Amino acid sequence: MFDFISFIPRAVVQGIPLLFGSTGETLSEKAGNLNLGIPGVMYTGGICGVIGAFLYEQSVPNKADIIPLFAILVPLLSCLLGSLLMGLIYCFLTVNLRANQNVTGLAMTTFGVGIGNFFGGSLIKLSGSAVPSIALSTTSSFFHAGLPFADDLGWFGKIFLSYGFLAYAAIAISLVTAYVLRRTRTGLHLRSIGESPATADAAGINVKKYKYVATCLGCMIAGLGGLYYVMDYASGVWSNNAFGDRGWLAIALVIFTIWRPNVGVLSSILFGGLYILHMYIPSGTNLAIKELYKMLPYVVTIVVLILTSTRKKREDQPPQSLGLPYFREER
Amino acid sequence: MENSNSAVSLRNITKRFGATTANDHVTLDIRKGEILALLGENGSGKTTLMNMISGIYYPDEGQILINGKETVISSPKDAINLGIGMIHQHFKLVDVLTAAENIELGLGGKLNLKQTAKKIQEICSAYGFEVDPNQKVYDMSVSQKQTVEIVKVLYRGADILILDEPTAVLTPQETEKLFTVLRNMRDSGKAIVIITHKMHEVESISDRVAILRKGQYVGEKMTKDTNAQEMTNMMVGHTVALNIERPEPVSPKPRIEVKDLTVLDEEGIVKLDHVSFTAYSGEILGVAGISGCGQKELLEAIAGLQVTEPGSSISYITDDGQKEELIGKDPLEIQEMGVALSFVPEDRLGMGLVGSMDINDNMMLRSFRHGHTAFTDRKAPHEVAEQVVDELEVATPSLNTPVSRLSGGNVQKILVGREITTAPSVLLTAYAVRGLDINSSYTIYHLINEQKKQGVAVIYVGEDLDVLLELADRILVLCGGKVSGILPGRNAIKSQVGMMMTHMGGTKGDEK
Repeated sequence: MFDFISFIPRAVVQGIPLLFGSTGETLSEKAGNLNLGIPGVMYTGGICGVIGAFLYEQSVPNKADIIPLFAILVPLLSCLLGSLLMGLIYCFLTVNLRANQNVTGLAMTTFGVGIGNFFGGSLIKLSGSAVPSIALSTTSSFFHAGLPFADDLGWFGKIFLSYGFLAYAAIAISLVTAYVLRRTRTGLHLRSIGESPATADAAGINVKKYKYVATCLGCMIAGLGGLYYVMDYASGVWSNNAFGDRGWLAIALVIFTIWRPNVGVLSSILFGGLYILHMYIPSGTNLAIKELYKMLPYVVTIVVLILTSTRKKREDQPPQSLGLPYFREER
Repeated sequence: MENSNSAVSLRNITKRFGATTANDHVTLDIRKGEILALLGENGSGKTTLMNMISGIYYPDEGQILINGKETVISSPKDAINLGIGMIHQHFKLVDVLTAAENIELGLGGKLNLKQTAKKIQEICSAYGFEVDPNQKVYDMSVSQKQTVEIVKVLYRGADILILDEPTAVLTPQETEKLFTVLRNMRDSGKAIVIITHKMHEVESISDRVAILRKGQYVGEKMTKDTNAQEMTNMMVGHTVALNIERPEPVSPKPRIEVKDLTVLDEEGIVKLDHVSFTAYSGEILGVAGISGCGQKELLEAIAGLQVTEPGSSISYITDDGQKEELIGKDPLEIQEMGVALSFVPEDRLGMGLVGSMDINDNMMLRSFRHGHTAFTDRKAPHEVAEQVVDELEVATPSLNTPVSRLSGGNVQKILVGREITTAPSVLLTAYAVRGLDINSSYTIYHLINEQKKQGVAVIYVGEDLDVLLELADRILVLCGGKVSGILPGRNAIKSQVGMMMTHMGGTKGDEK
């Protein structure tokens, strides 16, 4: 019998990093910036949070003296700062210097993963632990804390209330982003830039500013996905390369949700579920089959791509100027 | 006195793009309460000059004075704040947004689309335009898009209004509405600049004309003191004959026979309804009609680009009278059968040319399949390119310049030139002179006539009725996808054709 009560919460915690990542990427893509650096940004966000938490934990000799507020704020702010820097680099290269977005993005991913592994390795050495990972269990316990009455409500509590605060933040952020994009003037301007920057510019919209703000905010949101992964999902344990291909999955999720962050809430859980489905389906000893199951999220994305492109609905297509640099005096 | 009435004064404005100088020390005044027509051939720098006022380009040299005060316009936002509104030649609209959303772009305050829609309706009913605020731009015809652009400027309100070829895609009626609006605006003291290639429009709307030639300011005239011939001569720099020849067709034979052609669009709306006609070799068949009445579908159906309904038939008749059915064949097959259909699409950059490729490569788009090896023949297209640039006097720095860098009219010349050099037996053209200056237009008419003399069956979709009446041997009038009538071109009367465009058969019976 398939165990939904244990499956759903696990799908959710798998899905939350993807939700952060895809919301951030959607925001960036709506401004016409195809940021393939998202995996690197998420990775950097994660390691920056770890560095913050590590330094704070080290600076307090007695674990009992750790103030919960600081234990949350320090990693959170370091994470946001780290991902913001990544966003600024990306914007400077693509918006000011009009570098190719694909190349820049891929370089950012390589760069971000490199940073993560470099500092991760250094911290592991500093902490002198026997296994190649750092455990920040104290900090993690604050991030991980579910709602206080979750345990008393049986399956309901387990499915809906058992997550750390970042999980709820992810859902709130994606809903707010969706609202801003659809209903507000800022969203309208942002969408017009992704579609046709020349039109937006002629209408008096500051294209550069919007591109910068949207991409940097997007990176910060995506970075939180990395933080959530380490601090909540992995219980504060950082080991190099454990983040895996979640960043790419987040980008696939953007296409899957046809650029709608509100659709992302449930789709990310679906993706999370598909990602771990192989653990729930008895496949015997044949490990190859498990690997096949891991393909599922990508297969689903391809199916969605085919469906949306055959339906040819203009609203479901990627922003028209996605990936193209904008220069006002271009002829 | 000099500056008291000037809304915009340009002083020694120079703008260069790489090796080309688009504007060379231009000095020009735009006055309040006056409509100025800015004239010049394609590529003479009219649009570039206006773009510097609207903040798209930044001048390399010179000063801009707004209301007599020296001003730096470094972005479109600055221009908007100065009360400058511009209707660009290429639509500045976002396709996936609605008319109302497009009109709201860039404005401040809380977004309230219901209120916007109400205000749009008010403007439309005040000026006699028709815009559905909730219609998406991608669903609109070109003339609807142009109307949205006009309403957008009216919605924002501007003291200085620049219109870059606003009438290129409008019907005569819509143009008249626009002109009434412009005259009212002028009378309330606004400064208006209009760029247009249609001389009768210049004569009817403008108070003063300023003329540019090859980026330089040539001179200005009061409209009432000049005429089309003089203005054209000033634009071109030498005397141009403004007449279109119409040789009698030599031994016309049926070439294309269209029978009961019916085309539905994606939503199942009838675009063409049982259209039947025959096009003869050595003859120009003009197609008249309000834009969006099925002209595009008609040409596309013949070129094999349209899905047709059962019962439709289009046959190609060879010289010895054999009929070959074209429906069911794809465009390549139609070419391979020996039927050469040359097609100048309505949207020249969208379908005809690749903007980022140079002139040579764009010529190659027609010929890359030729040859027997895996390697393409680059020499032949290069020769074609040289020939087209030479014969049509395309203003381009070199043959290796990406087409998108050229001015609109020059792009059009390349497209028409390429289509004609494929030596077709049937030439389909839609709006071949759209956006072309008067001199180039006559070059194109001449080229089309040359084709006719060589026995090509020409189907010419045009929007300028005066030209159709002078050029075409027969005129087919479309009205809402049906053939309203076929008239002999030599003694057709403009008002009669206009009537047939709006009422089936030209009778005013079913008017509501």
